[in-house]
Parts: sequence; structure tokens; C-alpha cells
Amino acid sequence: MHEDHHEVLPQHLHHFATEEQQRETGTFGMWLFLLTEIMFFGGLFFAYLLFRNWYYDAFVAASNQLSIPLGAFNTVMLISSGFCMAVGVWAAEVRKQSLLVIMLILTTFFGLVFIGVKYVEYKEKWELHHIPGAHFDVSQFENPAAYGLKEKPLAPDMAEKTQVFFFLYFAMTGMHALHMIIGVGLLVWLILRARRGAFSSGYVAPIENFGLYWHFVDIVWLFLFPLLYLINRHPLH
Amino acid sequence: MSESNTILKLPDQRTATMPKRHYINNEDGLLSWLLTGDHKRIAMLYLMSITVFFFIGGAFAGLIRLELLTPQPDLVSSDTYNKLFTMHGIIMVFLFLVPSVPATIGNFLIPIMVGAKDLAFPKINLLSWYLYVIAGITILTALVLGGVDTGWTFTTPLSTHYLNTHVLTTAVGVFIAGFSSIFTGLNFIVTIHRMRAPGMTWFRMPLFCWAHYAASILMVLGTPVLAITLVLVALERVFGIGVFDPTKGGDPILFQHLFWFYSHPAVYIMILPGMGVISEVISTFSRKRVFGYTAVAFSSVAIALFGFFVWAHHMFIMGVSNYSALVFSLLTMLVAVPSAIKIFNWTFTLQKGSITFETPMLYAFGFMGLFTIGGLTGVFLGALGMDIQLTETYFIVAHFHFVMVGGMLMAFLAGVHFWWPKMTGRMYPESLSKLAAVTTFIGFNLTFLPQFIVGYLGMPRRYHSYPAEYQVLNVLSTAGATVLGVGYMLPVLYLAWSLKYGAIAGNNPWQATGLEWQIQSPPLTPNFIETPIVDYEAYDYEWLARKTEQEVTTVG
Amino acid sequence: MHISPVLWQFLVKWLNASALFPREASTIAPYMDALYFFLLAMTVVGMALVGALILGFSIRYRKARNPVATQVEGSTLLEATWTIIPLALFLVCFVWGALLYFRIYNPPTNAMNIYIVGKQWMWKAEHPGGQHEINALHVPIGRPVQLTMISQDVFHSYSIPDFRVKREVIPGRYTTVWFQATDVGTYHLFCTQYCGTAHSAMIGEITAMTPDDYDKWTRDSTSGMSLAQNGERLFASMGCNACHSGNAAARGPSLAGVYGSKLQLNDGSQVQVTDAYLRDAILNPSQHITAGYAPIMPTYQGQISEDGLIDLVEYIKNMQTNYRVQQTLTTAQSNQAAPVTPEMVKP
Repeated sequence: MHEDHHEVLPQHLHHFATEEQQRETGTFGMWLFLLTEIMFFGGLFFAYLLFRNWYYDAFVAASNQLSIPLGAFNTVMLISSGFCMAVGVWAAEVRKQSLLVIMLILTTFFGLVFIGVKYVEYKEKWELHHIPGAHFDVSQFENPAAYGLKEKPLAPDMAEKTQVFFFLYFAMTGMHALHMIIGVGLLVWLILRARRGAFSSGYVAPIENFGLYWHFVDIVWLFLFPLLYLINRHPLH
Repeated sequence: MSESNTILKLPDQRTATMPKRHYINNEDGLLSWLLTGDHKRIAMLYLMSITVFFFIGGAFAGLIRLELLTPQPDLVSSDTYNKLFTMHGIIMVFLFLVPSVPATIGNFLIPIMVGAKDLAFPKINLLSWYLYVIAGITILTALVLGGVDTGWTFTTPLSTHYLNTHVLTTAVGVFIAGFSSIFTGLNFIVTIHRMRAPGMTWFRMPLFCWAHYAASILMVLGTPVLAITLVLVALERVFGIGVFDPTKGGDPILFQHLFWFYSHPAVYIMILPGMGVISEVISTFSRKRVFGYTAVAFSSVAIALFGFFVWAHHMFIMGVSNYSALVFSLLTMLVAVPSAIKIFNWTFTLQKGSITFETPMLYAFGFMGLFTIGGLTGVFLGALGMDIQLTETYFIVAHFHFVMVGGMLMAFLAGVHFWWPKMTGRMYPESLSKLAAVTTFIGFNLTFLPQFIVGYLGMPRRYHSYPAEYQVLNVLSTAGATVLGVGYMLPVLYLAWSLKYGAIAGNNPWQATGLEWQIQSPPLTPNFIETPIVDYEAYDYEWLARKTEQEVTTVG
Repeated sequence: MHISPVLWQFLVKWLNASALFPREASTIAPYMDALYFFLLAMTVVGMALVGALILGFSIRYRKARNPVATQVEGSTLLEATWTIIPLALFLVCFVWGALLYFRIYNPPTNAMNIYIVGKQWMWKAEHPGGQHEINALHVPIGRPVQLTMISQDVFHSYSIPDFRVKREVIPGRYTTVWFQATDVGTYHLFCTQYCGTAHSAMIGEITAMTPDDYDKWTRDSTSGMSLAQNGERLFASMGCNACHSGNAAARGPSLAGVYGSKLQLNDGSQVQVTDAYLRDAILNPSQHITAGYAPIMPTYQGQISEDGLIDLVEYIKNMQTNYRVQQTLTTAQSNQAAPVTPEMVKP
């Protein structure tokens, strides 16, 4: 009674003894790769935590500039895309091709919305001269009242440190967005192959492993959102 | 031939021929090499590329030593000199030492040693090579465009705000090389975990595999931190913001922490695979199982683990707090112990063995002596107060060249000579290779021992000119470098010669244990005709003796 | 050191005469050399041991003499031995090295202070009395000297091999090192952290003189105002005295006597007022507000050089009363130079 486990898939690679070995190896490899990604982002997180500790007031004031509604909306987008991806993986495993394709398309859609919102946020920063570099403008932090804001003003030297916050903001969300764009690219490729039935006859490894990658990108955002947008947000009176 | 002082057993050269089919003649054409998934072909591609980069980096070393013959800065301009030592460091570290054993010998042998047909991810293996080549071309581009003079350590704020050389191009090149390394390590870890043949338990694996496993952990976990650090340097350089710039609220010491967090484990990435080679060579040429197999295996992993916690010993005088200096110094002393354990285990492998002195063994002995000196001088540097006098001088230069060149490069050459018959099916000429080994050893000592002395005298590193009283020692060092250069040229020549004219090697010219010696030389593309079932321990010479008694060897 | 001092001197002088060993020209040098010789001895013994074992085994167990190897799995006893003994030796090195390190980086309280500013590609030394030197440093023997150092641009490192001292010189914060010279003479000064094109030209000469010669040199090379006097001038011209006037209702706290004290900040924490604190407070005032005062001090980042900061720090360090501050309140620039020691009040 070996039919279930020993069907030889066309994608079976010669150097693996069994299809199961191939699949488990692939998954192990993806988990290991995600570990390297954690170390990669880790450097940025470390720098953020360090500078937030040193320049607390500047970081709070700059963080208040970020739009919580947009950030929360993006979080919902990503979680939704993660959910769709998970359903997609299940669909591949039970060989429901059309469901898989729909889920992959939805995942892509939510991902694109996320990237679109990020573009809106970045554009806003550009207009307010909050992009670090030669055109960075601290006046909003030194004199919030002039901009109709109810914040406490920052001393000039502390106001300068908001630039560090924005640098890390762009570096971290930018790196995250880059990973998402790569993910969306891979999704398009997976959708095309899924439509041709590549994943509906038992060969689910690419879907599963991509799912792992996508969930990882999701989790990175789940750390970024509270750290950058939420903590120590004080209510404006 | 069998009564003499060698274990080399070659088939009868009058009738021996190369095997009809092997991985080299399996497919023809350039594309079959450039698009291969075969780990053995990829290993050969790597071997050729790293040799090219080795000689480029070596040429720069030659120019440096030439300049340092005289105290005056009279051979090249200061900027050129700075570019020379920067490029020497970058090429030697990232394009030679890091991939040397893992990407060539490791790639070739790890699947065979564990009984697999290939690495877990052959396409990623090929990608790894392409990333390496692209990285190399990028770095050469930076060179051709005018060079970079940051030092291989990219110290900020010099590299971010005070230089207008090709820092960005070089950083991109190193970034890409980092990913080449990460993918190699990833492949090895997954292969060792998942692709071992039936019966090949963890503790039956050759120590070569253990060493590569430990190095791969470092590659996979450490290199990404270098990658993100380079990204931050690039962003700071391009956009002028200051995460490392104190006038803008940043901190240059943050760069130091991030950079050394990778770069210290990097030195263990470089040496551990070499230690794996030494285990194999010492065992084979003493006809004995490595003394204390478990200790050697665990000490490899211990070095990898501890290696993550000592990075700030590169920063003792930079104003880190006294207390963190204490912690890092203590941990540095701890990380030195596993290396000492290995040296003693290898030494005691010799006891009660049956020792012969072929070329790989000569290189292995050279390794043991020179690595001991290099490693112990590391203890000098780990002792806080001593580091104050020694850091940033030629003592440091001597220390790391002892471990990297006297250690790692000798181990690499030992490995290349040891597995040359397996990889190519040919033997190299023994007397010439012995000459090269001895030449290298003499040249090396002459080059680098004087540097310890001139370092304690106070001569700083990366100096273009120096006080006249240091000249004698520098002249000795340059003389040694010339001898060393000759020693390194010889293998290229005779190994190339051997490809056409060398003796046919047969399956197991060294009568060694290990799965790689039970298959033909060069191996078939799928390595094994049938999956090996392993029911014996590593380094089981008694099993080997029984097996060879029963066998009739035919070649052809 | 348990070697007879006579033998030690002979050893050191002989080594030095053959230009293989640096001179011992400071109080810490013998301690450094003692550790060095211990480490050297450990290395030689270790090498000899490993070398002898390899040589011995190679001869005794060469194939001709021992055609059949005996398989040996290992020996836990041996493993333990060569784990514990190296570990013990390395820990000795650790303790010894740590003690030496703390000795070199913790200056005695009576050390005289000299400021060093490193920049591409030269060293500026500033004595409190106002003597400025480029690529040189004159010090008296027999007195502890502390160097307070900072870089104007990139990382440098101040190294005097014959004194066995070295410290990184970093932008953005002070680093310190101290020594006490013992022998009159001239010694090498090197920059040992790669800092760009002329890194190997960033060298100089340390001149150690007898205390009398040093006093004479100090008097002969005074270039006008002492660092503190220059600091007083800056304090007035940059408007510091407007808020830090010492008046009861002043907007800023009085700075007389603040150096070395423990200061309460307005976020509740307490800090020790050091050179580094003073420098930082001038550049990043909002993080250094004294308790009871409003965070209104402007930042001087970008408006004042490291030399100027050193002058100000030196001025505030020596400020015991607000007399001169009050005197200079009404003048935009303090044209009348204060006496060398500001506390010496002229009636």
C-alpha cells in the first residue's frame, strides 16, 4: 500500500531519495534563510532601540508625526494578506487549484495596497521636508504651535535628533517594503504557474515556502508598527 | 613502493587510465559548466576564480612589501599605498579566505562525505558562485575606476564622510560576496542535517563536516549583520545623514560594534574549515582515528558559539566602558581554549600512529606550528593591558597573518594537495610539492616573525613610511615575502602540469577512510552508483584494511 | 617581577641597544614588559611543548619504525588536562591584563591635564597654561600627566610606544590616557588608527624634560593667553555669561565650582560633572538641564570648534567664583585679559 507516499512527481529532483526528503529539505532551507533575515533586520532594530533610548524626546515627537490610522490600516492589509496566503497554502495541499489562484491574487492585492499606502506616507514626508538629508526641516519640531500642532516644542539640539528617527524609519520600513516588493514579484510568478496547474498535483513546496517568507515579512511589520508608530504615543490635548 | 616511507599507492602506471566517465567529461561545452548544478563542477569553478583573486591580492601584498623596503614613501604615492592595502585586505578576506576551503573543497566533498548525490540546493549553489563572481567583478571595477582607501574595516566617519574614493562600489561588492557566503553556509547546514546516507549518524561524519557545519552557522548568522552595516554606511554616504556621525547625533562606535559583530565570527568562518582539513590529513597520514573525535567535533561548535560573543576585543582602546572590556576579554580567553584542545588532539593523533610525511602532512605540520603561534599571540591581544601596547601595530598584522596565512592558507594547500587526486584523477609531483611546502614555510616565517618585533617596537600598521630604525626588520620581512611568493607560484605551475602529465591516481592513493575514497577518481556526476549504507565509524582503518584485502582494484 | 632588578635592567638595555625592543620610559612600561615577557614565555613553552611532541611522535612513530598504527579513541584525562591548564593560564593572562588596563586608563587624581586635539593629519597639544604644540608634546618627568583627547574629524589614535600608552582619539567624545615619564629624552609619537592619506605622516615627538627644564619651557613658549583665559573670552563673546551670570534670578545655573561635583538634573538623575559632561552640555543642552531650570539653552553644535570647547571646559573647570563672569557681563568681548589664575582677584 505505497501509492500515497511514493508517487514520483515530475518535479522530483534526482539528488533526493524521496519526495518527502525534498520537501522537508526545502522547508528547512527556507526557515534557515528566514533566520538570516532576522539577523539582517536585527542590526536596524538594535540601532533603533539604542537611539530611541538616547534621544527619547525627539523620537516621541517624530513618532507622533506618523499616521496611526494609515499604519493600522496597513497592518490590517498585511494580516489579511497573510490569512489569504495561509488559505492558499491549504488550497494547494488539498489541490483546489482555483481557490489557490484566487488566494494568491488576493494576497498580491493586499500587498499592493500596503505598498500604495506606504507610497502615500512617504510622499507626505517628502512634502513636509521630513526626509533626512540636506532638505530636512526641523521647524515643525521646534515650533509646533506655528503649524497648528499641540505638541511640546523641542529644544533645537533635540529637534535635530528627529532626523535620526526618520533615517531609521525610512531604512526599516524601506527595507521591509523592498522585501514586500520582492514578495509581490514572486507572487506574480506563482500565480502564473498556479494557473497552469503546477501546484495542484501534490507539488506544494514553492507555495509553502513562499508562504513562510510572506508570513515572515508580515511579522517584521508587526514589530515595526508598534515600535515606530505606537509606543509612548501620548494623547494630544 | 609499499615498504618505503610513503603510504602512496598508485595503480600500475603502465596500464592505468582515467575512468571512462566522470563529472568532468560527462558533459561538454562551456554552458554545461556555466549552468551546472553539479557541486563538483561548481567547486572547480570556484577554485579557478579564487586562485585568480588570490594572485591579485598577492600582487598587492608584493607591492606593499616592496614599498616598505625603505623608510621613505618612495615607491607609490600615499593615496595609492592606502588603496593597495585596502584592496589587499578586501580581496584576501572576502574573495579568497572566506570561500577558500568551503566553496572549493567543501562544495566538492561534503555531499560525498555524507553519502549524498549533491548538496541540498544545487541551483542555489550555482547562484552562490555567480554572486561571488559578480562581487569580484564589482570590486575589480572599483579598483579599475581608481580604487578605494578605507582599509578593509570601512571605519566611519572616514568611510562615510571623509573620502571621495569608490567606497560605494566596494561596499556593494562586499555585500554581494556576503550573500554568496550565506547561501553556501545555508546549503551546507541543510545538507548535513537532511541528506546524510542511511547509517551516517552525526558522530560518524568526518570531522571535516563538523568543522564546516560550525563555520556555516557563523556564515548564516553573522554575515547578514555585515550586510545591513554596509547598507547603513552606503545610505549615510549617499544621503549625508548621520547614524554614525557625532555632529548629527549619531555614534561612530555603533558602526564599530555592528561591523565587528560580523567580522570577528568571520575569522572563525575562515579558520574552521581549515581545521577540518587538518583533521582529515593528520588522520590519514598517521593511519589513525583522530584522537578525541567528540572533543574535536564539539570544540568546532564551541568556537562558533563563543565566537559570537567576543567582537569588542577589537575595540578595547576605543573608549568602551572598562566593564564591557572586562567581559569581552574574559570571553576571548574562553574562545582560545577550544583551539588549544584541537591542537593537542591532533598532536596526540600522531602518538602510536604510523606516520609518513607526504606533502599534505608537511602543510599540516606547518599549520600546527604556525597556528599555535598565531593563536597564542591572540591571547596576548585578548589580555586588556597588553592590547594597549600591541593594538594597531604590526603585532596585529603578524598575528592575523600567522593564523590566516600560516594557518588557513597552509590548511587550504594541504587540502588541495590531499584531495587533488580525487578531484582530478591525477597525482601532483611529490618532490616539487614538498619543495614548495618547505619554501612556503621558510618564507612565511621570515616574512612575519620580524613583524612581531617591529610591532612591539611601536611601528603602526597601515603606515606608508616609518622611522629609519625599523628598516632592518622590514627588509627581512620583504625578503621573506619574496620567498613566500615563489612558494605559492610553484603549486599553480605543477598542479596545472599534473592535469595532463600527472600520474593516474586511482580511487584511493592515500589509502584513506571516508566515503570519498571509496568511489572513483574523478567521481561520477551522481557521486555514487548506489546509495551507500554506512555501518562503520569515521576513520575506521581496520575496516579499511579488511575491505582492501577483499578487493581487487581495477582502474579504467 | 621576581627577576633581580640588575638582570632586568641589563636585559632591557641589551634588547634596546639592538633595536629589537622599545625603551622603557614611563612608570608603567616595566609592568607592560613584565606581562609581555610572561606571554612570550608562555608562547615559547607552548611552542616547545607542541613542537617537541610533534617531533618526538614523528620520529618514534614514523612508518619505518611503527608500521601498524594502534587505534586510540581518546582519553578523558588528557582532554581535561589540556582544557584546564590552558584555561588556567589564559585566565591568569586575563587577570593580569585587566589589572594593567585599569592602571593605564584610570589616572591618579593629581595628574596634570593636557588636551590633545587630533585632526587630519596633525596633533595639536594644548597645555592649560596656553602653550600650543603641533605634532609634539613636552612633558615633565616624574609627574603624572593625563591626556584628554578628541578628534575633529575621523578616528585617530595617540600612541607613545616607549611609554607603553595608546588610546583611540574619537570625534564626539573625550578619551583619556595617562602616563608618568621617567627618563629625559625624545620619543616617538604615532597616529595608529588609519585616518586617510597622510596617516603615516601624522607622527611627532614627545619630549620628556626635567621639571626645571619643563617649567622653563612653559614660560618660554607661552603664546599669550592660557586656555582658561581664552575660555573666559569665549564665555563672554558667545553670550554664555548672559544666562550663567551667577545672579540669583539668572536663567542658567551658576557654573562656579560645578566641575567635579554631583549634579542633579531636571529628569531626576544625578551626574558627575566631568570634562565630557561639560562638553556634552554645551553641544546637547536639552539632555543636560540642571534641576530647577528651564530647557532653554541653545545648542552650540557647529558654532564652536573642539579647540574652543576645550578652552571653555578648561575655564569652567577652574571657575571658583563668578567674579570674572560678572566683570565681563557688560563687555561684548573681554579685552582685558584676566590674570593667569582667575581666582587671583585684583582689587
